[in-house]
Amino acid sequence: MRNSFITTLMAQAARDERIFLLCGDLGYSVLEPFAEAYPERFLNVGIAEQNMVGLATGLSMEGYTVFCYSIGNFPTLRAMEQIRYDVAYHEANVKIIAVGGGYAYGPLSTSHHTTEELGMLRTIPGMVVTAPGDPAEVDAMTAFIAQHRGPCYMRLNKAGEARLHAQPPALKLGDIVPVRVAAGGASAAVFATGDMVGYAARYLAQHAPHIDLYSFPFVNPIDRAQLAALAARYRHVATLEEHQANGGFGSAVLERLHDLLSDGELAALPAIRRIAIPNAFISSAGSQDFLREKMGLQLNGWHASLS
Amino acid sequence: MTDSTTDLARRIRLQCLHMCHTKRASHLGGAFSVADVLAVLYGGLLTADPKQPRAPQRDRVFYSKGHACTALYATLAETGYYDQSELDTFTDNGSYFTSHVNHKVPGVELSTGSLGHALSVAAGVALAGKRRQAAWHTYAIVSDGELDEGSNWEAILFAPHHRLDNLTLVVDYNKIQSFGSTAEVLNLDPLADKFKAFNWETIEVDGHDHAALAAALSKQGRSGKPRVVIAHTVKGKGVSFMEHQLAWHYKSPDAAQFAAARAELLQEDQA
Repeated sequence: MRNSFITTLMAQAARDERIFLLCGDLGYSVLEPFAEAYPERFLNVGIAEQNMVGLATGLSMEGYTVFCYSIGNFPTLRAMEQIRYDVAYHEANVKIIAVGGGYAYGPLSTSHHTTEELGMLRTIPGMVVTAPGDPAEVDAMTAFIAQHRGPCYMRLNKAGEARLHAQPPALKLGDIVPVRVAAGGASAAVFATGDMVGYAARYLAQHAPHIDLYSFPFVNPIDRAQLAALAARYRHVATLEEHQANGGFGSAVLERLHDLLSDGELAALPAIRRIAIPNAFISSAGSQDFLREKMGLQLNGWHASLS
Repeated sequence: MTDSTTDLARRIRLQCLHMCHTKRASHLGGAFSVADVLAVLYGGLLTADPKQPRAPQRDRVFYSKGHACTALYATLAETGYYDQSELDTFTDNGSYFTSHVNHKVPGVELSTGSLGHALSVAAGVALAGKRRQAAWHTYAIVSDGELDEGSNWEAILFAPHHRLDNLTLVVDYNKIQSFGSTAEVLNLDPLADKFKAFNWETIEVDGHDHAALAAALSKQGRSGKPRVVIAHTVKGKGVSFMEHQLAWHYKSPDAAQFAAARAELLQEDQA
């Protein structure tokens, strides 16, 4: 995903002189091509994320579209007040990019587990919060946020993810992206975000080809009409995210669906299983797959309950 | 310039006093300490057009002392960014004159109030100016207490490394912060030595001496380093019973205090 990001960002920078890339002393073996091609629009600001986001706000005030790149929680939680007060309140054209979402840096410990930022960021007014599901969605989302005016966040996984789409999907703000939809009309669907889309695609292909899968590259906002249509179509839905259960993607889906219900735009809710990290830290080492399984980020229990 | 900026500073202080009295607002001490800095900047030193507050060629001022908002609001009114009468709405329901600085007010570049934000933003603006070889200058005005915030020191490390000599930082060093003196709470001294060690061009001035301020804040003679102007000031400057008093970080003057303070400010002008 990180290579898709930098490739697309370079293509954007080639035709848009406003694009500026800051990094917090991270990006080795990823950002070098951008730094070499556009030295006048690149800066490694050092290990100082609060200052990075403040600098980005200032650069954006002078007309730049500023990308801030770092890993894990560093560009978000460490600089959360700068994101809220400098970037979002001033509607600054700043894009925060975090590589290593969820447990992507699994063995590096809790310091590097990025499992609360979606929930924190989606409470900030005007913040577009995204977690594309595969490299093709990263291509599409990078292009989208580069041209979307205003604050955005994009969570990337790491490297080597399988492509789920032959072409980058066309994205409008809030779009939900079908990944696999059975021709016959399934009664159950998985709504996933971030790299859990890739896991769900693999699981469903092997164990439950009759269950549909949608990627939610936008955690905030989520298109209301598209969500209402999906909710009316399925009797069973699982939301799936590599994030704490409180306040994350599943919470966002539940909140919006209940709003649709109470506003009379939806007759009934499907049965919804929220699959997320059970509001807990993990203190053991482990690969991303190991930690996901240990924290219950699996579809088999829900899938078994359907039959 | 000095005579007119002295009069401007007096009018700023009178307006701050009026606003804090009528709206029961706080932070008069810090407004009075920084009033002379603002008077010198806005009284002729800045490249600025109050009728075009976002003109591309303007000098940019980032006022980090968001709590001492009355001083900036009064300065902008006195120098023609909006009518004095608009200040009557200060803190009223629906008014954009909030009691921490609001960028919705004409002439205000950045909302501030959470401390330690504006210097980084100013450095980003100065960096953009450098990359585009712009002629305008960037100023940031911070309080002394807010130098406790680590984010400032990230920016203080950054600006000289990138040779931002189009950036001037003013420290309103009135020696009193929110809950005690800076010496007691978290000592900043030796402050000038710290900035020198961080490779800033460092100037210390009497923050109430307009000629000294005008020389220190001048855009001329820059030599590859950002400049810090440590303005030694007096909290509550201009009203004898408010000077050096922590209480005037919070108190708003009652009718008798208002009258006494006003008389002193008017008298000082005649002296």
